[in-house]
Amino acid sequence: MNNNLYKYILGIADNSLILGQRMGELTGHGPSLETDIACTNISLDLFGQVRSYYQYAAKIAGDGRTEDDIAMLRKEREYVNVLLVEQPNTDFAHTMARQFLFDVYHLLFLQELEKSKDLNLSAIAKKSIKEVSYHQRFSSDWIKRLGDGTEESHQKMQDAIDDLWTYTDELFHQTEADKAMVKEGIGVDVTKLKDNYYQIVNSVLEESTLSIPKSKYFQKGGKQGIHTEHLGYLLSDLQYMQRTYPNMEW
Amino acid sequence: MNKLMIEHADIDTELIPILDQVSDPEIPVLTILDMGVVRYAKLVDNEVMIKLTPTYSGCPAMDVISDDVKAAFEKAGYKVSIDLVLTPAWTTDWISEEGRDALEKYGIAPPLEADADKDALLGNKRIVKCTNCGSQNTKLVSQFGSTACKALFQCEDCQEPFDYFKCLK
Ligand SMILES: [Zn+2]
Repeated sequence: MNNNLYKYILGIADNSLILGQRMGELTGHGPSLETDIACTNISLDLFGQVRSYYQYAAKIAGDGRTEDDIAMLRKEREYVNVLLVEQPNTDFAHTMARQFLFDVYHLLFLQELEKSKDLNLSAIAKKSIKEVSYHQRFSSDWIKRLGDGTEESHQKMQDAIDDLWTYTDELFHQTEADKAMVKEGIGVDVTKLKDNYYQIVNSVLEESTLSIPKSKYFQKGGKQGIHTEHLGYLLSDLQYMQRTYPNMEW
Repeated sequence: MNKLMIEHADIDTELIPILDQVSDPEIPVLTILDMGVVRYAKLVDNEVMIKLTPTYSGCPAMDVISDDVKAAFEKAGYKVSIDLVLTPAWTTDWISEEGRDALEKYGIAPPLEADADKDALLGNKRIVKCTNCGSQNTKLVSQFGSTACKALFQCEDCQEPFDYFKCLK
């Protein structure tokens, strides 16, 4: 088994799985029917992408585990998603800010992954780009509507951006698996996405009359399996059925 | 049977009548051939080999479609094996003319060209035609509709809400 490739795929898939679960939590709880449906749709897109990644990972692992086993039966420290995506749905401003800060990265990342020498990853990326462009359009729109909205909506969005900003830098940290995969022409060099990322993010913030956070202190750890306290609660929801009724199917 | 579909996919003519019996479970007026999700269908040594491509990654209809295709061929006495392929990625261009008509009659506005689609989904231009009265005086309600492939619109003339099938390229 190509251990680096396996880890590399999990790094991509876990981000989408955890964010998909967060967005799925809004099913029936969105602020309006339309946004509720939109968040569920985004969740569904992410889960769809995740299936392709985990199926591929299961094939590489070759130890009899299925896509579901990999998605559902790992322990907290074995998830390697970035801290940003596990942050809770504090309010709708936080939900959209988290989505936006991830979408901009996600799209830039997939546009590079499409060029991967690994044909499976390239195909998944190509398929996902179309969907993620919709996500980014939706979340950018909400940044602008709330940022450039009422005094209260502006303040809430500013607070959300300020809170989540500290998790953005981790997106551009390379793991050992990243470095190995970049060398083989399979992986994306995330360090090269950084300038472009902040340029896009900052221009949307400016357009939304929001100020760009000045803090230079950034949190990290998710990519090494060191998570914030929020992930455990998320996983207990996500894994509940499989843990309570092992091997159940529906 | 539409010619368009035959051009972009590799399908044995004799298999078309069987494939034509299977429709999208969420849009029953649309057969999977009109939808353009059948990429390949060939009879090789008494076994039918099928390649299907999903419209959207998370489309829950894909598993049902795959089961329905299997059932249709088995009922017709064939052995069948089905593969899901991701490349080339599905595009709304593969929906046939018949499919577009069927969508409109069913109350779903068919996809516009990419540029027009962008204008419509950003709410910049009122160009999506109401499926009820044909008016273009329609407004975007939400970029995301009842399923991943649709956006929600409302007609400002007859007031009818309707789905718009988003352009995907
Ligand atoms: Zn009308």
